[in-house]
Amino acid sequence: MLALTPADYEAVRLSIKVAVAAMVVSLPFGIAFSYLLSFGNFKGKALLEVAINLPLTLPPVVIGYLLLLLLGRRGWLGQLLDAAGIRLIFTWKAAVIAAAVVGFPLLVRSIRIGMDSVDRHLIQASRTLGAPWYDTLFSVILPLSTHGIVAGSSLMFARSLGEFGATIIVAGNIPGVTQTIPLAIYDYASTPTGEQAALVLCLVAIVLSCTVLIFHEFIAGRVAGRK
Amino acid sequence: MELRAKVMKWFGEFSLNADIDTAGTRLGIFGASGSGKSTMVNLLAGTLTPDHGSIILNGECLYSSERKIDVPPQKRRIAMVFQHPHLFPHLNVRDNLLYGFKRTAPENRKIGLTSVAGILKLEGLLERGVSNLSGGEQQRVAIGRAVLANPRLLLMDEPLSALDDQLKFQIISYLKGVCDEFAIPYVFISHSLVEMRLMADEVLNFEGGTCTGQTTAEELARRRMGGSNVGYINLLRMGRALRTDGLSTYAWGNGKLHVSAVSHTAEGMFELSSRDIMLFKKHPEAISARNLLTCRVRSTFASDNKVGVELECGGDRLVAEIVQEAARELEIREGEEVFAAIKASAFRHLA
Repeated sequence: MLALTPADYEAVRLSIKVAVAAMVVSLPFGIAFSYLLSFGNFKGKALLEVAINLPLTLPPVVIGYLLLLLLGRRGWLGQLLDAAGIRLIFTWKAAVIAAAVVGFPLLVRSIRIGMDSVDRHLIQASRTLGAPWYDTLFSVILPLSTHGIVAGSSLMFARSLGEFGATIIVAGNIPGVTQTIPLAIYDYASTPTGEQAALVLCLVAIVLSCTVLIFHEFIAGRVAGRK
Repeated sequence: MELRAKVMKWFGEFSLNADIDTAGTRLGIFGASGSGKSTMVNLLAGTLTPDHGSIILNGECLYSSERKIDVPPQKRRIAMVFQHPHLFPHLNVRDNLLYGFKRTAPENRKIGLTSVAGILKLEGLLERGVSNLSGGEQQRVAIGRAVLANPRLLLMDEPLSALDDQLKFQIISYLKGVCDEFAIPYVFISHSLVEMRLMADEVLNFEGGTCTGQTTAEELARRRMGGSNVGYINLLRMGRALRTDGLSTYAWGNGKLHVSAVSHTAEGMFELSSRDIMLFKKHPEAISARNLLTCRVRSTFASDNKVGVELECGGDRLVAEIVQEAARELEIREGEEVFAAIKASAFRHLA
């Protein structure tokens, strides 16, 4: 019979929590970097673009390892956080950071496509009508980039649900603490009797992903209808 | 409005190098595509930054590369009307109109929504989404939005070029009406001499990225007559049409003109090329042209290898165009009486 154990429920709960947190934490940065890439004209723009897109091409394990070096007790940021009494490595927060870094390029790409599609004359009109750049961002650019923001957030959420490589390195695979759905499946798949339990979690992952995608289509449809 | 601008801007192979020192309330910037007029407008509005130079409006420095001054667009109080309306698609008509007004300092809010909506006939449209408006309505909202920002200068960057003739002349009357009513000085940018003559007093001529001089719209039209494909365009406002035998008879000056173009309005604005007016020294006995006007030569002017003849006909004026040889043969002189023949089909209805 297909049933979830309490540990499975915890893995599902944690996966959703990590994905939502990664999405919420990344969104302001995603908007800021998309704005810079879409409207900025500065030296080093190409370099910034490469840096943002790097997680898309790097193996997640490499990202996890680099994060471990950065946030670990001997990492420069880790030392600072340690001094402030903050511990990230092998906590669910590390899983959030891993998911956020890996999904960030997808978020930025989608928002940027949305921002690139905003007619530059509208921005010009807004500025000459008395709006400073930040006012134009909130009153014109963001409302007209809603489809990109929704698409980017959904992609980021879905990518975070599936994040494995970077998470296992920086957050470990601790049931009830950092074990998300992919990590739990990995555990079951490594156990001789865990085949059915792994399948059940796979189904849960599929249902969650489909829900996100349907939500995305629904919102995208509403935004298109409003336009 | 007093404007002094000495600016340079490079874009790869194209460069703008303009030196302007002008004053007036109805200024035009005229030039062909690629002459630099839109770049100039964007530099004035602050949406582009010059590479070098200075811009001073009414004594206030808006930009100076030497003094490192660059007033941002939102603080210049220079509003723009573009070729296309470019209304904010996520806002309704009211919110579009009030976008600039809400961002205007209270002490500068002299023009309000009610009066602008009244002049531009937008009262019934305020709650509508902007995608549900016709092209003319959208452009009226764009004008209202710019005016409601209570600007000290309005820049109009080819605001009529995307409109058909009928709509163009309707919008011209709204533009002039709203700017006159609220005493807003404007800079009108166009590549159309006809629009320039209707909208501007003084005109800055732009060619190849430089301002080649300042003149009046009328003078510019006369100067370009000889080299133009359409000659000098006479703009005739006629009144009280009477339709007989397939022709409309309009009152014009102290006389009448017979026009074959169909107009559904009692009054109309027509254009007539200087090339469609034939001059006679003596009264021709019989001609097929339906209009034969007795005129007096007011003045003549040279334009390329052509001669422009300014005629006074029954209290109104027309400009005819003849070649130099014809001018010599007809002995066209100031004060001479001549007869002007115009075919009824030569008039083109504008509005």
